[in-house]
Amino acid sequence: MTRPLSAPLDVGFDYTRSTGPTLGRFLSDLRRRKVTGIRGSDGRVHVPPLEYDPVTAERLSEFVDVAATGVVRGWSWIPEPLEGQPLDRPFAWALIQLDGSDTSLLHAVDAGTPDQMATGTRVRVRWRDERVGAITDIECFELSDGPAADPVEADDVTMVTTPVNLHYTHSASPTEDPFLRGLMDGRLIAQRCPACSKVYFPPRPACPTDGVPTTEQIELSDRGTITTFCVVNVPFLGQRIPPPYVSAYVLLDGADIPFLHLLLGVAPEDVRMGMRVEAVWKPREEWGPTMRNIDHFKPSGEPDASFDSYSQHL
Amino acid sequence: MRPAAVVGTGQTHHAAKRLDVSMAGLCREAIDRAMADAGVDWPDIDAVVLGKAPDLFEGVMMPELFLADALGAVGKPLLRVHTAGSVGGSTGNVAASLVQSGVHDRVLAVAFEKQSESNAMWALSVPTPFTMPVHAGAGGYFAPHVRAYIRRAGAPEHVGAMVAAKDRRNGSLNPYAHLKQPDITVESVRASTMLWDPIRYDETCPSSDGACAVVISAEPTSSRAAWIRATAMRTEPTTFAGRDQVNPQAGRDAARALWQQAGITDPLSEVDAAEIYVPFSWFEPMWLENLGFTDVGQGWKLTEAGETEIGGRLPVNPSGGVLSSNPIGASGLLRFAEAAMQVMGTAGDHQVDGARVALGHAYGGGSQFFAMWVVGSERP
Repeated sequence: MTRPLSAPLDVGFDYTRSTGPTLGRFLSDLRRRKVTGIRGSDGRVHVPPLEYDPVTAERLSEFVDVAATGVVRGWSWIPEPLEGQPLDRPFAWALIQLDGSDTSLLHAVDAGTPDQMATGTRVRVRWRDERVGAITDIECFELSDGPAADPVEADDVTMVTTPVNLHYTHSASPTEDPFLRGLMDGRLIAQRCPACSKVYFPPRPACPTDGVPTTEQIELSDRGTITTFCVVNVPFLGQRIPPPYVSAYVLLDGADIPFLHLLLGVAPEDVRMGMRVEAVWKPREEWGPTMRNIDHFKPSGEPDASFDSYSQHL
Repeated sequence: MRPAAVVGTGQTHHAAKRLDVSMAGLCREAIDRAMADAGVDWPDIDAVVLGKAPDLFEGVMMPELFLADALGAVGKPLLRVHTAGSVGGSTGNVAASLVQSGVHDRVLAVAFEKQSESNAMWALSVPTPFTMPVHAGAGGYFAPHVRAYIRRAGAPEHVGAMVAAKDRRNGSLNPYAHLKQPDITVESVRASTMLWDPIRYDETCPSSDGACAVVISAEPTSSRAAWIRATAMRTEPTTFAGRDQVNPQAGRDAARALWQQAGITDPLSEVDAAEIYVPFSWFEPMWLENLGFTDVGQGWKLTEAGETEIGGRLPVNPSGGVLSSNPIGASGLLRFAEAAMQVMGTAGDHQVDGARVALGHAYGGGSQFFAMWVVGSERP
C-alpha cells in the first residue's frame, strides 16, 4: 500500500495570561532583577511563589526576598537544543535552589560542557537586558559563586503573553487517501457501508453506525442539493474566506450524508433549503488532493428538491 | 445507590475579561463561595472533580495539574472530566456518582473557563488539510441546524428573539451574570447584526471568564439541600448518515432515562424550573422538544406563549442562562448549580416562587454530548 497523503498543519496562538496577585508580584520583581518567594504554612519558602498553600490550600501572602544565587540540586544535559528552548547551544536543565528558598526552580544553566555540571554546583542568575516580566527575564543561570547583578526599578506586570506554536504532520487515513487521489483527477469517490448501504462522502474508515469497514467504492456526480446552510457575516482570526459567505451543507446525488462547502453565484438572501447546485471546479492545473479543487458550488438552475427528499439529512 | 445532595453552590462574577485573577484565583472565587454556602472546610472535602472545555481554549495542557494546590486537591483524588461544552454538567454528574456510590462522602465539583486568555472561535476553526475551510466557530456550526429547526417546526422568526430578550432580562436579575440588559426588547434583538444567518448578535452567547463550584454530600451540612433525584449522560458521533442534528437521539435517550429515574411522567407539569444550555436563542425550543417537555415541533409555542418566563408554566433559564454568561467549561455546571439554587431557595431575585423540582442540562460538541440532572427539595 502506498503511504497516505500528508500535509503540514501549523497551529499557533499568542495566549495571554492574567497573572493574579502572586505570580504578578514574582514576574514584576523579575523585571526588577529580584527573585521573590512566598512562605507556606509550614514555614517553607516556595520559589516561584505559590498562590495557594500546598498543605492547607489557604491563600498565601507572605512574600520573601530570596537571592539570585543558588545551588544545583539536580540536572540533565541537553546536547541538541530544540526550538523555543532558552539557549541555542548545549546547556543543562537544572533544579536550582536559590539561597533563602526551600524549593527548587527549573531553569537552564549555560555550563558549556556537561563536565562543568554537578549537583552542588553554585550558580547565579544571568539577567536579560530587556526584561518584560516573564520567567525568560532570567536568560539562564551561569556557573559562579559570586553575587548577581543589583536590582533596578521597573513597573508592575499584570499580564504576560505566551506564544504557543505546534507543528503537526496531518496524515490522511488509508480510506481518505483514494478519495483525495480521486480529487486530483476531478473524481468524487464515495464508499457504501455493506451493512446499512448508506453512501459516505467523504468515505470513512468505518461506518459510524455499524462499525464495519466501507469497502465498495462509488463515483458520484458533482451535483447535489443544499440541505441547510448559514450565512457567515462574522470575521474572525484565521478565517480563510472573507465574509459574508454562504456555508452550505451539500448532499451530492447518491450520497447519504451532506458536507459543508462554499456556495456562490447567488445572493445570500436568495439561497434556499432544497436548492439544486453544481460544482464549479478550479482550473485543472490548480488541482491537488483537496476538496478545495471545487472552488465553490453554484445553483444549477434545476427546480428545488422536495423537502422530503432531504429531510432525513438534517 | 444512596441519596446525595448539593449542599453548597458558588460562582464567580462572570465577565469578558477577569484580568484581576489567575486561573487559580478564578476557580477559588467560586470554590470559596460554594464552601461557605455549604458551611464546610477543606478537611470536609474527600475528592475534587474538575471540568473545563478543550485545552486549546487556554493553551494549557492538563491545567488540573498546576491547579491542584488551588483546588485543595493535594493528598486527595483529583479527576478531570472532558466532554466539550457539556463538561460542566458531566462534572456535576461524575461528582454526584462518587457520593451516590458510597466511594466518598463529600465531593467538590469545579468547572471554569478563562476565555480571555485565548480565542475560542479560532480554536474551533483550525483549518485541517485537504478540507474546505468554511468552518466558522460554534455559531457557524449550529446556524444551519437552527435553520433546519425553524423549517421543520414552521416556527415564526421572532421566537428566537423572544428567547434572547427573556434570558438577557433574567440575567439582569442575577448579580453574577456577565450581561445585564434589563431594557432589551424583541425588537432590539431583531435589529441587531446578523452574525451567522439565521443567528443574530443578540441571540448569541457572550465570551466569558468564569467558574462555578458545587459541594455534593451524602448528608446535609445545613438546613438547605438540593437532593439529586436523577442524573443522565448520553453520547453520539458528530456525524453519521441520517443523523438528526436538530433533535439528537442521544439527547432524547438521556432525557427519557432521566425522567424515568426521577419518577417524572409529565415533565412540563412536574418540573418547576429548568436551566437548559441555550448558547444560541433557538436552542430553547429545540431542547424543550428534545427533553420531552413538548411534542416535536411544538417547543416554540411554549416560548411564544410566554410560558418559559419567570412566572410562566416552566421558567427556563431564570438565571439568564448561557446567553447571559458563557465561561464555556463552567456553563454546564452553572446550569446544574442554578437548578440546585432554585430548589434550595437561594436564587435571590431570579428565584422561581415555590420551586421544588428543577432541571439542570448541558450539551456539547456538535450536539453530541448530553448531561443532565434533576434536583428536588425533598429527601428521596
